[in-house]
Amino acid sequence: MIHLENIRHQYNGQTVLDLPHFACAVGEHWLILGNSGSGKTTLLHIIAGLLSPAEGSVHIAEAELTAMSGTACDRFRGRHIGIVFQQLHLLPTLTVGENLLIAPYLAGLPQERERVAEVLQSLEIADKIHAYPHQLSYGQRQRVAIARAVINNPRLILADEPTSALDDRHCQQVLELLLAQAQRHQATLVIATHDRRLKDRFEKQILL
Amino acid sequence: MKISLLKLSLSYIRRRKLNTFLNVLLLALGIATIVVLLLFSRQFEDSLTRNARGIDMVVGAKGSPLQLILSSIYHLDVPTGNISLREASRLLPNRAIRQAIPLALGDSYRGYRIVGTTPAYPALYAAELAAGNLWQQPLEAVAGAAVAAELGLRPGVTIVSDHGFSSQGDHHGDHPLTISGILAPSGTVLDRLILTGIPTIWKVHEEGGSEAGSDHDHEPVGDAAVALTLPKTDFHYAPADSGRDITSLLIRYSAPMAAATLPRLINARTPFQSASPAFETARLYNLLGVGVEALQAFGIILIVTAALSIFIALYNALKERRYDLAMMRSLGASRAKLGWHVMLEGLLLSLGGALGGLLLGHLAVEMLGSWLSEARQINLSGTVWLAEEVWLLLLAAGIGIISALLPAIQAYRSDISGILAER
Repeated sequence: MIHLENIRHQYNGQTVLDLPHFACAVGEHWLILGNSGSGKTTLLHIIAGLLSPAEGSVHIAEAELTAMSGTACDRFRGRHIGIVFQQLHLLPTLTVGENLLIAPYLAGLPQERERVAEVLQSLEIADKIHAYPHQLSYGQRQRVAIARAVINNPRLILADEPTSALDDRHCQQVLELLLAQAQRHQATLVIATHDRRLKDRFEKQILL
Repeated sequence: MKISLLKLSLSYIRRRKLNTFLNVLLLALGIATIVVLLLFSRQFEDSLTRNARGIDMVVGAKGSPLQLILSSIYHLDVPTGNISLREASRLLPNRAIRQAIPLALGDSYRGYRIVGTTPAYPALYAAELAAGNLWQQPLEAVAGAAVAAELGLRPGVTIVSDHGFSSQGDHHGDHPLTISGILAPSGTVLDRLILTGIPTIWKVHEEGGSEAGSDHDHEPVGDAAVALTLPKTDFHYAPADSGRDITSLLIRYSAPMAAATLPRLINARTPFQSASPAFETARLYNLLGVGVEALQAFGIILIVTAALSIFIALYNALKERRYDLAMMRSLGASRAKLGWHVMLEGLLLSLGGALGGLLLGHLAVEMLGSWLSEARQINLSGTVWLAEEVWLLLLAAGIGIISALLPAIQAYRSDISGILAER
């Protein structure tokens, strides 16, 4: 599913990431562990095609992101990769339903109301479809962000520090949601975090 | 409720309600100022040329030539004075003159001017009767379309005219006029005038109490055999009236060459003055031009301020929205799409302002036209649309594009990874 080769990236002349090889198969669940500044987010952005590495090649499924044009890469990401950021970045001017519909719209896929209802249902926030983000609790907003990441049936789900701001109970809940959604969509899941609480739940880990 | 770029842009415009209102209002005021100027000067010009059509020169008493033109053609100012019929009949045989129309001014009815003239005057504007017929006898009158509509005049109704141009003047109570006909709308000064024969004006102004004497004087008028005709006109009058006055003559030349010699001849050799409508209206434009240009500059300043204000609004909004834009990129939007998204906001604001400005401008002109009687005289209307207004829309679109350009480029260039990595 993911195949990285000789990835190297610098910020201001300082090497922040040096990864000779990383590969994961379809349906696997991976944890990228590391302290702040270890390059977790950089690696996640490189896998998502949000950032082009200074050196190396990135293959996602059959596609080589590092060889794509910017627009093609944006489109590929929109259709096949769902991302949950620590800052949820829901669009404040749109309702929950519209925040979900924007994902297929921007990816150039058909906007299906039934799919929105279905995804919200699976995350138990179907009744919030007409609410605006500022009317929701943090937990509810996080569910919306997860819903937005999975609505296009992505083959790869990436999450950046999804739990580090949460207490133990909510940390477990979010983790269950992500695992369940990955299972449900038969997607590969990669979580970047420094949160040690997640360590025991993943067989596959890399430490940066 | 499908998502589209338009809906997305609108949702952000709606979020900044006050700011949006201010920007749209600023631009609308600027555009409205230009629209008012356009409509006003175009209609003013049209009205001036339409009403002066077929009139090469006006002859009247000495005074301001502009005043003579304004009073005799546009019925806006007071007349310069009177000229004697005897002198006029000496001038008119001149070969350079093809046609003349005599006018006798000075009375009004409820603010509408009464013009003593001949049938050649309505014929000059190709006016047609909507009801009744032209005046046949003294004390018969024909009302213009707007006068009849506003005062509810019909053939057979009698009216009492006022001396002067306001209803505060003396009333000519002992000589009521009878409406014999109503003119169809012509879009000229005729719409707002009451026309009658020149003998009516004389009769109304005869010194009071001389009922018997006037009867004596006027009895033979009906006798066509002894009536005199003013040369080059269709004006017939009794020999006993040849010592009376009229106000002015509307002259048409027999050849364009006459313009070179006739005015000088009249000004030097006769007690009259001549005035050229083309020359005097050009002078009037020049006088008005200063005011028009000042207002135009004001309108342009407003539009430029609006452009700046839209730019600042989009630029500031972009700072708060960098996360939203980066998120949209991560959801698959291309750089170009984000650029368009911001550009569309600028366009929506500026086109909103332009449409508001067009409506506001037309509304203002319509209100000016119905409130100011001077504006009524030139038939100022807000329902006329000009081709130039399409240019204003394009101008506004250009302003939207220019003021959104820098923010759109910034949206296009934003470093999404850097923004999304911020904590």
